Amino acid sequence: MAQIATMKPLAESIGAYAIRIRPASKSDLADIIRIDEEVSGLSKRNYWKDVFAQIRGRSQSPRFLLVAEDQNQIQGFILGEIRAWEFGETVCGWVLAIQVRPKTRLEGIGTRLFSAICEAFRQAGISNVRTIMARDNHLVLSFFRSQGMMAGPFIELEMSLDEGT
Amino acid sequence: MKLQKASSFALFAVLELAANPTRQLSGVEIAEKYGISAHHLAKVLRDLGRAAIVDGTRGVGGGYSLVANPKRLTLLDVIQVFEPVGSDSGHGLVLKASTDAELALRVILDELDDHTVATFRSITIATMLKLMARKPWARSAPPAKPVRKAAVRA
Repeated sequence: MAQIATMKPLAESIGAYAIRIRPASKSDLADIIRIDEEVSGLSKRNYWKDVFAQIRGRSQSPRFLLVAEDQNQIQGFILGEIRAWEFGETVCGWVLAIQVRPKTRLEGIGTRLFSAICEAFRQAGISNVRTIMARDNHLVLSFFRSQGMMAGPFIELEMSLDEGT
Repeated sequence: MKLQKASSFALFAVLELAANPTRQLSGVEIAEKYGISAHHLAKVLRDLGRAAIVDGTRGVGGGYSLVANPKRLTLLDVIQVFEPVGSDSGHGLVLKASTDAELALRVILDELDDHTVATFRSITIATMLKLMARKPWARSAPPAKPVRKAAVRA
């Protein structure tokens, strides 16, 4: 994907870490799966393989998968996508996932990842970024709030299809 | 929704103390800035002290300082010192719901409560300070002036 390929790696020292933010490559897949599994407790191997396949392919919805690397070790990643006309809204950047190794949290790595994807969105001409998450995910909710995110114009609704059966 | 006066005063005080981490502030100083009752604020600060959120020193040069970590202290932590939030706040008659209408109304009120609690819990004092520095309200359009109805001739 053009945006991924042309994005320059950004290096910066954060606390004890010399963090470099760069687009993910295929060799990062195993680390990303491992970090996601460590944090969420769920194995989503096929999902992440699909994500990589979509990034490499041509898509109407450009995706950004960035990693935070410290001395050749992946400490975290962020996945975002530009979507148009989702829920009737004009083009917008969506943050679909962000994970940082628990051992390296509170070092500003999540902030760097979020800033980098916002910058990638900006360079793609996007002026609004959104995300959605579980209400009880206090940690990540607080993180996005600390980055300046506020309640958006949508209300998420759901319904159990098993009701009444 | 509305917060009780004590909760609002507590948040003003905590935000002032967090914004001035290198010095102690007196209750009177904070009360004057916000135009609120110094007597009421003194009581609020004592409650915050008992909750281990602030610490006060008596005497000349004394005052209050924040002892809780502003990056960890949430709006919910402060508000809950003074009033119940969410499902703890009670819904009057709906609390004793027995009819379908009451039970359905309780489901909706619980939905609102869940959002309220999640919002207050997700915003730390440090995040509030950032919001105050960003001033997003300054970018939004000023509120529209109320349209005066034309006088009706008899």
